[in-house]
Amino acid sequence: MALLELKNVSKSYGSGSSKAEVLSDINLSVNEGEFVAIVGFSGSGKTTLINMINGLQFPDKGEVLLHGKPITGPGEDRGVIFQNYSLLPWLTVYKNIQLAVDKVFPSMPAKEKDLHIRKYVEMVSLTPALDKLPSELSGGMRQRVSVARALSMNPEVLLMDEPLSALDALTRGTLQEEIVKIWSRDKKTAILITNDVDEGILMADRIIPLTPGPKATLGKEFKVDFARPRIVTEINQDPAYKRLRNDILEYLMEIGATRKQVTGQKYILPDLKPTMPGGGILSLFSGKKKKKKTLEIV
Amino acid sequence: MTPEKTAPVKSAVDKKTAKQEVKKESIMKEKSISTLRFVGLTSAEPLVRLLSGEEIKKNGMQLIRQVIFPLASIFLFLLVWHTGATYLYNKDAAIRIEKARTEQGEEAALAMKECIESGQAGCQPNTLPSPVQVFQASGALWADHQAISAKKDAFKAKVASINEKRAEKGQAPIKYTGRPSFMDQIGTSLKTVAAGVFLAMLVAIPLGIIIGLSETLRNSFNWLIQILKPVSPVVWLLLVFMIVKTVITDPDIDKSFIISFISVGLCAMWATLINTSMGVSSVNKDYINVSKVLKLNVGQNIFKIILPASFPLIFTGLRITVSVAWMVLIAIELLAQSPGLGSFVWEEFQNGSSDSNAKIIVAMFVIGIIGFFLDRIMLAIQNLMTFTKA
Repeated sequence: MALLELKNVSKSYGSGSSKAEVLSDINLSVNEGEFVAIVGFSGSGKTTLINMINGLQFPDKGEVLLHGKPITGPGEDRGVIFQNYSLLPWLTVYKNIQLAVDKVFPSMPAKEKDLHIRKYVEMVSLTPALDKLPSELSGGMRQRVSVARALSMNPEVLLMDEPLSALDALTRGTLQEEIVKIWSRDKKTAILITNDVDEGILMADRIIPLTPGPKATLGKEFKVDFARPRIVTEINQDPAYKRLRNDILEYLMEIGATRKQVTGQKYILPDLKPTMPGGGILSLFSGKKKKKKTLEIV
Repeated sequence: MTPEKTAPVKSAVDKKTAKQEVKKESIMKEKSISTLRFVGLTSAEPLVRLLSGEEIKKNGMQLIRQVIFPLASIFLFLLVWHTGATYLYNKDAAIRIEKARTEQGEEAALAMKECIESGQAGCQPNTLPSPVQVFQASGALWADHQAISAKKDAFKAKVASINEKRAEKGQAPIKYTGRPSFMDQIGTSLKTVAAGVFLAMLVAIPLGIIIGLSETLRNSFNWLIQILKPVSPVVWLLLVFMIVKTVITDPDIDKSFIISFISVGLCAMWATLINTSMGVSSVNKDYINVSKVLKLNVGQNIFKIILPASFPLIFTGLRITVSVAWMVLIAIELLAQSPGLGSFVWEEFQNGSSDSNAKIIVAMFVIGIIGFFLDRIMLAIQNLMTFTKA
């Protein structure tokens, strides 16, 4: 049986004439230990989708099942890595993670808790920054804290909402590797939301495109069966990789083209002509003749 | 470099210790600068740097810009004040002489002129005092304070043994009941403000949190807050007076202090109330999501997420509250007949002795300077509580 299932899920915002259906008829089934990437255009409802899995939002129609039971709210079994880190700026790295650990393992002895926290900080190699505030860290370091926090809860499912999109390419590469390393060691189930096809291929077992909204739904899925660990420089040479990448991109372009047709509204631009230099406020002070000239040009 | 060549070993050691000393000094310097920055006295920074011989030209220019020009502006202010005061003095003197002439004739006018020029207290023009007079008055107030403290100490020594006996019998000690000095008045005022601000905090922060958490409550109380916020301190005082005089009937309790500090608190609490409710209601959605994902309960949610997230706004509100409290205090003390700077000012005004006006101006500056320092203290606390350091 699948660990996580989405059945005919639809979600819309607003009501009446301004009602906008964001997601419609989403069907997804994720097995235990699987790494699924959902690739989509910005604004297609990716965050809404992940929020329905982590329990912050609920579907209008259909159901989201975890272990065959509908999700009623957030839970410790699902760890979330948010797009914008969502660290509490008044707490140090250690305390940010402690907040999660305290909540998930309330009966753990203090010493063990301390070790547990340190273990996960070590895992994302942030031990030197243990007592620093988030504002003293770089973006990549903050996201690593966020990763450590999500992992320290020891969740069954790891939900990642564009976790690396705000980072530079180099930091993104190392963090991708780190996340995959941790995932393969702990054998968690992972769902990654991303807008980067390469990231999906590098990390996931399956890539499922989300069609552009409104009424976004999941498209044709692509299996990624390259051997792990995948190393960027090596995989780049692989013709199979190139083919898969091209297939996915082509497919995305195709579904993206339909979007363009949907929004076929024409924007009429006003007919503007530039004023010649010397026409600004300064000309008001520099005699009447010049002023007249500019007026003629206009 | 030459001494190094002649005595390389010794000079190397010297250099090392010198280096250490320099390092120590620079650490101390940076520390004192950061302290100055923290309390908001950034204008003293170039002076510290200049004293340590760092970038003399740049810091010298900065010193001129940040210290010399402000000093020049103070000097200009004193000049304008002095000129104005002299003009008013002459005008009042002329009026007095003219009045004497029309009412009592030429002889009286001459006598009045002589009297004014001789500097006798009885016939001095009663107008805006000059800076010099104000300075003298401040000296007089200080001397008065010392005289009163001496009296107090003498009184204490005198009643010490009696008080011991009274304490044994369980009676209240005898207290000095003489006229309070200017310094005592300042102390009383600060006490009143502290009590008022404390009351404002006690009421406004919890209320602000409750209102901030619920949009329904916010909407339902909004009109009340908006209407009560602009009400004048005087009206608050009267309202508090109406209530306190009914509630407290025991004549031994100092009602004027209670009335004034409650009024101060009521006038000043609005900024904190509004800022707290705004801070609590506008907590970043990311933090709320964290709280939801971690399934924090209501208490944890408030104390671990919402309160820390709204601390910066709450403390901004408290800073406004303190400055408003200090501002309304004078008016309230004046009306409530409660001791303090306000009643000092009013008594001096009623008193009408030759240096009363100067004493009022002294009080004005003291009020301003204390207000400035209170604000700096609150700024330092605010910086301490704000997590988003630049």
